[in-house]
Amino acid sequence: MKIKIALAQFNTKLGDVNANLHKHLDLIDQARQQGADLVIFPELSLTGYALLDLVADAAIRPHEDDPVFNELLGASRDIDLMVGFVHEDRRHRFYIAAAYLADGKISHIHNKIYLPTYGMFDEGRFFAPGDSVRAFNTSFGRVGMLICEDFWHASLPYLLWLDGADILLFSSASPGRGLTQDDRLSSSEWVEHTNRAYAGLFTNFVAHANRVGYEDGLNFWGGSTIFDPNGDLVIRAPDFEHTLTVAEIDLNQLHRSRARLPLLRDERTILVQRELERILGKS
Amino acid sequence: MIDLNINTELTEKILTGFIRSELGRVGFKRALLGVSGGIDSAISLYLSAKALGPENVLGIRMPYKTSPQHTLDDAQTMIDALGVQSMTVEITDMVDSLIAKFDDMSKIRAGNIMARMRMIVLFDQSVAFNGLVMGSSNKTELLLGYSTIFGDSAAALQPIGDLYKTQVRQLARHLGVPEAVISKAPSADLWEGQTDEGELGYTYDEVDQLLYLLVDQRYRPETCVEEGFDPTFVQRVVQRMRQNHFKRVMPPIAKLSQRTIGYDFLYLRDWGT
Repeated sequence: MKIKIALAQFNTKLGDVNANLHKHLDLIDQARQQGADLVIFPELSLTGYALLDLVADAAIRPHEDDPVFNELLGASRDIDLMVGFVHEDRRHRFYIAAAYLADGKISHIHNKIYLPTYGMFDEGRFFAPGDSVRAFNTSFGRVGMLICEDFWHASLPYLLWLDGADILLFSSASPGRGLTQDDRLSSSEWVEHTNRAYAGLFTNFVAHANRVGYEDGLNFWGGSTIFDPNGDLVIRAPDFEHTLTVAEIDLNQLHRSRARLPLLRDERTILVQRELERILGKS
Repeated sequence: MIDLNINTELTEKILTGFIRSELGRVGFKRALLGVSGGIDSAISLYLSAKALGPENVLGIRMPYKTSPQHTLDDAQTMIDALGVQSMTVEITDMVDSLIAKFDDMSKIRAGNIMARMRMIVLFDQSVAFNGLVMGSSNKTELLLGYSTIFGDSAAALQPIGDLYKTQVRQLARHLGVPEAVISKAPSADLWEGQTDEGELGYTYDEVDQLLYLLVDQRYRPETCVEEGFDPTFVQRVVQRMRQNHFKRVMPPIAKLSQRTIGYDFLYLRDWGT
């Protein structure tokens, strides 16, 4: 089975959900015209990244009664979507979240678990951390979603892999940093190496959408990628450019890669469980 | 390892994008700046012209009577080479009329007055030109506080504020700034014979290496000494950075209410754009 994934690498209007919704709908139209089966939007794609005190104003209750979600659910009837937003739960806690929409329904919501609160980042001040990670089924297989800092912790992609995800869907609003003599920023290199490593170590597809544009002095570097289960690059969007990058992936590659390299078959999950229990002092 | 070499092409791409984005987000297409004939304002001028098109950039020469002719000539050479708009506003009358009011006027005060008069000219012209004032402060200068607060440090955007002086020189070569501008001794030209390095007491090459360890690499001062930097030099730089921090932050507001600007009223400048 072959599917086409579109990586929507674009800029947002800070805190203006309706303006960003229209950008989403435009990009979804373009993706549809190019025959895409799934569009992946970056982290906080409906709101912009450095929201600070705008968090509560930009928050959404993800439900068909919400006018923004209603539009996106309508758009998802013939194309799957992964969108980024501020999730307000029933108890009015605010999360950085990604929603997977398909067939006019919400398939899954992931609340970002690891909120970077150090250096230039202050997410823990403004957001609640998610507390679960789950793979889920789509019409083209089982997938898992993570948001930016989530995949700087190897445990989460690992858990999704064990939970059956063959395709990892990553979204980021990654500020560019680390200027050297190289032709890319250190941050771009680091994230790309990490994603390639997950693809190779898990014999999985790894698709990553990162935004572009600026917020005050922060630049977002783009460079969205898809890696295949051999760890080979399928496609890379240009750094810093607004683009919709569409690439076809061949899901049969999972069969071929895992026939050659049975890392999943050989994974010793019971050993992992036993050692974790020992390390955590539970046995 | 201390390596201050940068990829100048990538730097140009990020900084021209920054200028376009951050002007455009608040509804502007044009920028203006003081062009002294020195390397920092040269870089801001070249970046602005590349980002916005030369027709959307206004370079203003603002000489005082003691400003050396060669700096004015260098400024004009760059203005002509880029084809940006330009004007010359002599600040001598404005400066001297204030200086003349006080018998005890010092060199430092007079220098600050010149820097602030130039600020007034720029912010006045920003309305006339319908553009934003582009800053020219580099990272070395900002960290050392080697500037006049509300004078040369006043600007709407600071495109080169995260580049050390030695990196500014690399970018200048890449952008085609004339070699005469790059190689001359850096000077604020606030009085005759003034040079940055003479006044600071060390060279930019030396202090940039130390600042890179202290700031970028988070070295402790004592570790910098272990790495071979002179203890007195390290102490002077650390103290200067700390003492001049007030120039890098907004004035503190005394908190009284439940929600106070700066503490718990937090938005980016790009709020809603």
